[in-house]
Amino acid sequence: MHSETSPLTASNTPPRLRLREITKRFPGCLANDAVSLDLAPGEIHALLGENGAGKSTLVKILYGVQGADSGVIEWEGRAVDIPNPSAARALGIGMVFQHFSLFETLSVADNVALAMDRGTGRDPALLAEIRRLSTDYGLALDPTRIVHELSVGERQRVEIVRCLMQNPSLIVMDEPTSVLTPSEVEKLFTVLRRLRDEGRTILYISHKLQEIRDLCDRATILRGGKVVASCDPRQETPNSLAALMIGRAFDGPKAGKPVQVGDGVPLLAVQGLSMEADSPFGTSLKNISFTVRAGEIFGIAGVAGNGQNTLLAALSGERTAPRDDWVKFEGHSIGRVGARGRRDMGISFVPEERLGHGSVPDLPLEDNALLSGWGRWGLVRHGLIARGKSRQKAEDVIEAFNVVSTGTGAAARSLSGGNLQKFIIGREIMQEPKLLIAAQPTWGVDAGSAAAIQSALIELARAGAGVVVVSQDLDELFTIADRVAVIFDGALSESRPTHATSAEDVGLLMGGLFEVAP
Amino acid sequence: MIALERRPNTSRFWLYATPLLAVILTVLSGAILFTVLGFDPIEALTAYFISPLRDSYGLGELTIKATPLAIIAIGLAIGFRANVWNIGAEGQLTLGAITGGGLALLFYGAEGPWLPPLMLVGGMLGGAVWAAIPAFLRTRFNANEILVSLMLTYVAGLLLSYLVTGPWKDPMGFGFPRTRMFGEGALLPTLFAGSRMHIGFPIALATVAGAWFLIARSFIGFQIKVVGLTPPAAGYAGFSNKRIIWATLLCSGALAGLAGAIEVSGPIGQLTPSISPGYGFTAIIVAFLGRLHPLGILCAAMLMALSYIGGESAQIELGLPLAVTGVFQGMLLFFLLASDVLVHYRIRLRLTREAV
Repeated sequence: MHSETSPLTASNTPPRLRLREITKRFPGCLANDAVSLDLAPGEIHALLGENGAGKSTLVKILYGVQGADSGVIEWEGRAVDIPNPSAARALGIGMVFQHFSLFETLSVADNVALAMDRGTGRDPALLAEIRRLSTDYGLALDPTRIVHELSVGERQRVEIVRCLMQNPSLIVMDEPTSVLTPSEVEKLFTVLRRLRDEGRTILYISHKLQEIRDLCDRATILRGGKVVASCDPRQETPNSLAALMIGRAFDGPKAGKPVQVGDGVPLLAVQGLSMEADSPFGTSLKNISFTVRAGEIFGIAGVAGNGQNTLLAALSGERTAPRDDWVKFEGHSIGRVGARGRRDMGISFVPEERLGHGSVPDLPLEDNALLSGWGRWGLVRHGLIARGKSRQKAEDVIEAFNVVSTGTGAAARSLSGGNLQKFIIGREIMQEPKLLIAAQPTWGVDAGSAAAIQSALIELARAGAGVVVVSQDLDELFTIADRVAVIFDGALSESRPTHATSAEDVGLLMGGLFEVAP
Repeated sequence: MIALERRPNTSRFWLYATPLLAVILTVLSGAILFTVLGFDPIEALTAYFISPLRDSYGLGELTIKATPLAIIAIGLAIGFRANVWNIGAEGQLTLGAITGGGLALLFYGAEGPWLPPLMLVGGMLGGAVWAAIPAFLRTRFNANEILVSLMLTYVAGLLLSYLVTGPWKDPMGFGFPRTRMFGEGALLPTLFAGSRMHIGFPIALATVAGAWFLIARSFIGFQIKVVGLTPPAAGYAGFSNKRIIWATLLCSGALAGLAGAIEVSGPIGQLTPSISPGYGFTAIIVAFLGRLHPLGILCAAMLMALSYIGGESAQIELGLPLAVTGVFQGMLLFFLLASDVLVHYRIRLRLTREAV
């Protein structure tokens, strides 16, 4: 988009960090294949790639979490060994993790003190320093607050402040915006640009193409563990970046025509659903109401941790609602019906957690077909498993959804994220549900599989089923959903047709600026 | 530098090789132990592991000890597969002995061929009722079944002591704390002349076959597996966790009770304050040594039975203390758990790290 300062790549100064021919092999895969990379002072450098391209491995090597098999790391022009993260921090490398590494029951200052080995969070000097840094950079933060009370955006600020306390000259950020609302993203970018202008280097890892074009000065693209391209992202289009990332022209999901939804009894009607969270740090639901009609895709947007998990459990029947008539399916009250009963009625469910919720990691695909398909596919006779039939069903799903695996005997854990997700979505769709509820259906899935999954959802809705998609990814919701509502702090906004609203408007709602639906 | 590295897939080879490795390490450590104690290790190990197997009487004894171990361990393994930790099989065995033995006393002098089967069923009911207590407390109040079932073991032991020193004491027993000997018709028939092997062993074999079928082919077996491996996936599939807890606890309790009834109607023939040399606890080792697999459990039960009679034979032949039995059993479990790491990890020798 813009850049006031151009990257300082004067040829006589050595790069801040230079990676030369870094190679790391894991059993069964070459995660990094002779990766070379230069990071100059005062630049925001994007590391772009699909899941499994080797980004995380490279960052772990750089931060001393893993050792490389071969290759050289040069810091300010001299070769260094980074055996562990504290060595990395001593050099001046800071890291902001994608999954926050904070103790939820401790205060902000305690968390900072623990990471820096500085006694307790009651030290007044430490408190003052945190306050000074956070006001300096516009990262509003009260160091005495307990972390579990903080929003996701605030938690990220804790991570950033904790990282800045060590005055790093290279900051590695792993997918920092995946949990933020659009306005929080804008604030984060302001901070990052400021840090760059101070001469710090930022290695920014992401697969969100628009962000990279807005923020970064240079981009290095990894594919299959190799550096495949290096470019100025501001000169590229999202499509050209995507093509570099996945290695071929990028096909988005097939866009469907607007639906004709029926006027009769809604397929799913949630009316005034309130429910306690089942964990102290979960979010309880407050008077949630919405309806889904046959033939439409209903999107529920929201930043993670705003009650999605409780809502999903209440919809799937894994937790039953306090009152039967708070959830209705085809006009019948099902609030007190369990997961098994709902599936028998034709409600299918794709959980957010693929491995360990939607599938049993250690069991083969044929057993995972049995897991949710036993009832609707009739895979159990007189208490015994119909082995041949469940193998056949798994086979059908693998074939229909192009699941790359070694066959029906492959353990679920041996599949890549995208392929396992295709298997799970396929398994649910091939049970011919009347209503499919999918949580984060393409989260962490490679672009090719994501497009296939989104197309399958659209096709299912066009064939007359109702689909509910809960997602943090606004692009996804605007691509596939017909209507969208936002969940914030356990309450749901009124829904709007996606063609009559914009991502910016929904982004505002994600920050909680809405009236609760009546 | 030696490093442990996670395997991409669990190793099928080591899954079955580690029990053998554990046995070998136990024997080697045993040899060292005997040497330190001043015995010839070869002679001691022979007395321990080989002598008991030399005649048909010894082999019969082996099956007598293996029978309760295998039956109890099968029940426990079904629960362990579902992460239901019944540690109180010893108490359920005691209850099975009380109910089974109680029937023998009730029908004393009026026995018929119907009585032994009735006693076995009664024993199963007794064990199941005892296991129903932790099942109820776990499903209703989320009370930990490990603690509840373990503590109930001591309650069962005291109940048995009360019965054999009080109301059920043999009137002709010179005040010894035990019941009268059961009538001939209340005892399990033996199978061969010259051996005490009785019909309990075929029952154990049938239990093994039944459990194999349950685990491999039945839908309830599949549910148990899913609940044990991945509880959230079981909730997603709509499997009822409470039902699995009830089913597995009742099943393991009934089998422990069966073992108790077999003990008192087989080799013992009366109720005494101590009817089991800790079969209910040893069966936990048997279940893990057998990899929670029915056939593995059968082999492990034979091995453990050998450690019991081997201990007795070493005591007789060499004057070794009987506590050696416990030491061997403990070492076996210790080595098994320690070598289990090889199933999920492999050892890599890295000479030096390349300059990075």
